[in-house]
Amino acid sequence: MNKINELFNNEIEAINIGIEFIQEDLVKQGVKATHLAWTPPAHGNTELIRLLDQLNTPDKKKKIEEANKEAVDRILKSQPVLIGFDQAINVVPGMTKTTILHAGPPITWDKMNGPMKGAVLGAIVFEGLAEDLEAAEKVAASGEITFSPCHEHDAVGSMAGVTSASMYMHIVENKTYGNVAYTNLSEQLSKILRMGANDQSVINRLIWMRDVLGPMLKEAMEFNPEGIDLRLLLSQALHMGDECHNRNIAGTTLLVQELAPYIVQTSFSTQDKKDVFEFMASSDYFSGPTWMALAKASLDAAHGIENSTIVTTMCRNGVEFGIRVSGIPGFKWFTGPAQKVIGPTFAGYTLEDSGLDIGDSAITETFGIGGFAMAAAPAIVPLVGGTVEEAIGYSKQMREITTTENPNVTIPVLDFMGVPTGIDLLKVIETGILPIINTAIAHKNAGIGMIGAGLTNPPFEAFEKALVALEEKMNE
Amino acid sequence: MSVKALIKKNTYLDSITLMSISNEANQIEGVKQAMIGMGTEMNKEVIRNVGMDTKDIEEAKTGDLMIVIETDGEKDISQTLEQVEQLLTKKDKKQSESETIYHTIHEAATELEKANIAVISVSGEFAAREARKALDENLHVMLFSDNVSIEDEISLKNIAHNKGLLMMGPDCGTAIINNIGLCFANNVRLGNIGIVGASGTGSQEMSVRIHEFGKGISQLIGTGGRDLSDEVGGIMMIDSLHALEADPKTDVIVLVSKPPAKRTEEKVLAVVKELSKPVVIWFLGGNEKAITNANAHYAKYSKEAAIQAVLLAGAKEDELNKRALNLPLIKEVQEKLTAEQKYIRGLFTGGTLCDEAMFAAMEKYPNVYSNIHPNPEFHLEDINVSKEHTFIDFGSDEFTQGRAHPMIDPSTRIDRFLQEASDPEVGVILLDFVLGYGAHEDPVGAMLPAIFEAKDLAEKEGRHLEILGYVLGTELDEQNLELQIQKLEEAGVTISSSSQNTGLLGREFVWKGAQ
Repeated sequence: MNKINELFNNEIEAINIGIEFIQEDLVKQGVKATHLAWTPPAHGNTELIRLLDQLNTPDKKKKIEEANKEAVDRILKSQPVLIGFDQAINVVPGMTKTTILHAGPPITWDKMNGPMKGAVLGAIVFEGLAEDLEAAEKVAASGEITFSPCHEHDAVGSMAGVTSASMYMHIVENKTYGNVAYTNLSEQLSKILRMGANDQSVINRLIWMRDVLGPMLKEAMEFNPEGIDLRLLLSQALHMGDECHNRNIAGTTLLVQELAPYIVQTSFSTQDKKDVFEFMASSDYFSGPTWMALAKASLDAAHGIENSTIVTTMCRNGVEFGIRVSGIPGFKWFTGPAQKVIGPTFAGYTLEDSGLDIGDSAITETFGIGGFAMAAAPAIVPLVGGTVEEAIGYSKQMREITTTENPNVTIPVLDFMGVPTGIDLLKVIETGILPIINTAIAHKNAGIGMIGAGLTNPPFEAFEKALVALEEKMNE
Repeated sequence: MSVKALIKKNTYLDSITLMSISNEANQIEGVKQAMIGMGTEMNKEVIRNVGMDTKDIEEAKTGDLMIVIETDGEKDISQTLEQVEQLLTKKDKKQSESETIYHTIHEAATELEKANIAVISVSGEFAAREARKALDENLHVMLFSDNVSIEDEISLKNIAHNKGLLMMGPDCGTAIINNIGLCFANNVRLGNIGIVGASGTGSQEMSVRIHEFGKGISQLIGTGGRDLSDEVGGIMMIDSLHALEADPKTDVIVLVSKPPAKRTEEKVLAVVKELSKPVVIWFLGGNEKAITNANAHYAKYSKEAAIQAVLLAGAKEDELNKRALNLPLIKEVQEKLTAEQKYIRGLFTGGTLCDEAMFAAMEKYPNVYSNIHPNPEFHLEDINVSKEHTFIDFGSDEFTQGRAHPMIDPSTRIDRFLQEASDPEVGVILLDFVLGYGAHEDPVGAMLPAIFEAKDLAEKEGRHLEILGYVLGTELDEQNLELQIQKLEEAGVTISSSSQNTGLLGREFVWKGAQ
């Protein structure tokens, strides 16, 4: 039967877009009618709509679809394996004794915000490049330090992302495509370098991590030539209620469980081993950076595919939010202002005290976990300040701006729906729906640390700029 | 100022839950700051950082819950601490009430598997994009928006045609599907007559007359005002004809349109000729011969078409009240008007109601002007200034830029009405009032103050002001048809019983006899 006659023989169920009274009239007549919370495409920007339409011609559309399929295929086929730990100077490309890597898109010392400056100063003291914080300030401004984004060195860094030569790094190899990603180790507590704190207790911890934790992990992984398949752990962690950006309790347990048999084989003293296990147990966040490196390793493999509109990086330096798009190879950053993070704060602080969105950790959302997988982590709901249903809603809604669902990483409560994967720039512009990111909040001033956690979005502007560049590139 | 801590042994709560409870605790009156957390080293450190650490805190274990508050010292700190403790047991119940919110058609269509139609009324510049998305989801579309380009309309209708979907509209916001009114529609009974209309109020008029004559509507499909242009080529009217032909609940089909383009009219009639069901055709200015050649029933006016349809659908002619023209009334009004009061001014909210009255006048008078006259030579130079016999469609684009359609807000024609009412050459003012879904809740009420004002003015100037009002609606419409008519009568407005009669009465009222 033709579809019109089918309609005549079925009950009407309507979706209403626009004037609300039309929906009310339908409901009065006993019809199920759903009113959309509709907004104009591209936030009503006619120039952007024109660009979208230009990319929607049959031949361009086909090219983009094929490229995007290739890009998400590479994300899905990636097999990120933790193969070891080592000091940044030994493994991170381009690392020097006077290089300090930071989160987000490029930024100069004078423009950095409080927490990033605090972290840089602490790192300069930690590396012995200055006696104290005061002297470090001069060194930082002297031009002797090379500042560079983690992302431009195959690395990611949580919060300020400050990474210096002697810090120990995770080494995560993408076994499918051969690329490697790095990230440093969790400092666990809240008054820590990556959050902008830099007093002696922070430096002492970094020294212990350099002298005990790091070398022990390095040696442990030497007993495990196979490495640790992180994707399997990630899948399990989601099934255990993590979303692996702000809730890592299951993931950390799983990772420690994997590491423990090798740690016990190392040549360190029992006391040192006990200290390391206690340190790992002192915060759920221990595996947080690990999942970031997993995401980075997978997404880098999907970067640089001609005509692809898939977003391969989202990161922030506390001042600007930057994205990269697969179809524009290399390190072309599209930026907009970093946004406020809205959520609960620790006692004694309010959102007035918070620094703007910061860190490379949005690589997790770019991959499809974190904010995108909140439905897997109902326990994280208070962060949303709302309900479990809202958290589930976020995961479902992210399908509107992504290309596929990751069959390897699933959310049980949504009938094992795969996490929404492959943010499509065009869909973000078209729907106006921005990726949802859940993240920690650092105090806006240097030297204090973490004061809360909450939700935020990228600025629409970054996506606008990327669309303009991509459309130009396709016309070349 | 004082600090007090409470340690709850072996009590576990998730850290984020605790953070949010801490936030709530900070809102409690008298609390300077509050911190609630598990006894981890990290939390102790946070407490120490803000100077609230006590001996109890230092001794707390990882599995213990710590509650520590600092107050301004005015109230008993123990009481405040109790209040904070209560937050731990308070459960938030709001979740089950909230309804899922969808932002895009794709999202809604994916989740709502039974959804079968999208009703789109967003601003014209975005409407076609949304309609395309709806068709992509295999939804039928009712496109209520106007200002959609003809290129978009053609492309959308081709997509719909290829998928076998309905793509109703734009510029003709009416439909009744399975007895459910969409957008502008009257509440009529279900029956065996199907209407396909390329004109909004024309189709509404047809459904209301059929209802008045005791029959009902199986389906009313509004195809869009430009469907019978040669550019669109009647795509939706033809698809709808085939669907009604195949629909066992439809016995008679009525086609309604403003003057169709010639080539397209032929195309439609060729389809009509092949159908097994009787078809009544009311095309304004339609070609009688061509229509009868297609074995269809020709109707010159709307009521005439409705009468033919109900008879074909089984009504008995001798039981019908056909509402013939009231000849004594015509004579009475003619006598009230002076020789100078010779022009009709039609101020319409419904486009086809305007058209039908105008066509009736055009049969009798050569000097009929309008913003929608089929011959551009008779378009008004200034749409805000009437000329001789003038018919204005206030629902036309030039009047709706940036404002609601006059069927939603009938007050948009008040100024014009007062202007016409003070013109000594005006013999009759025609006003329509459309009821039903989507229309204003009290369209007569919206015009009444202006009607009283105009009547007063005419009385002071010693002239008769003839106002002919037509209320399009059924007794089932929410606005209360009877009461709307009663209000008009009380204001001294003459009532017409149909669109057809409105046009005919109007032109006869100002007839001065053959010159």
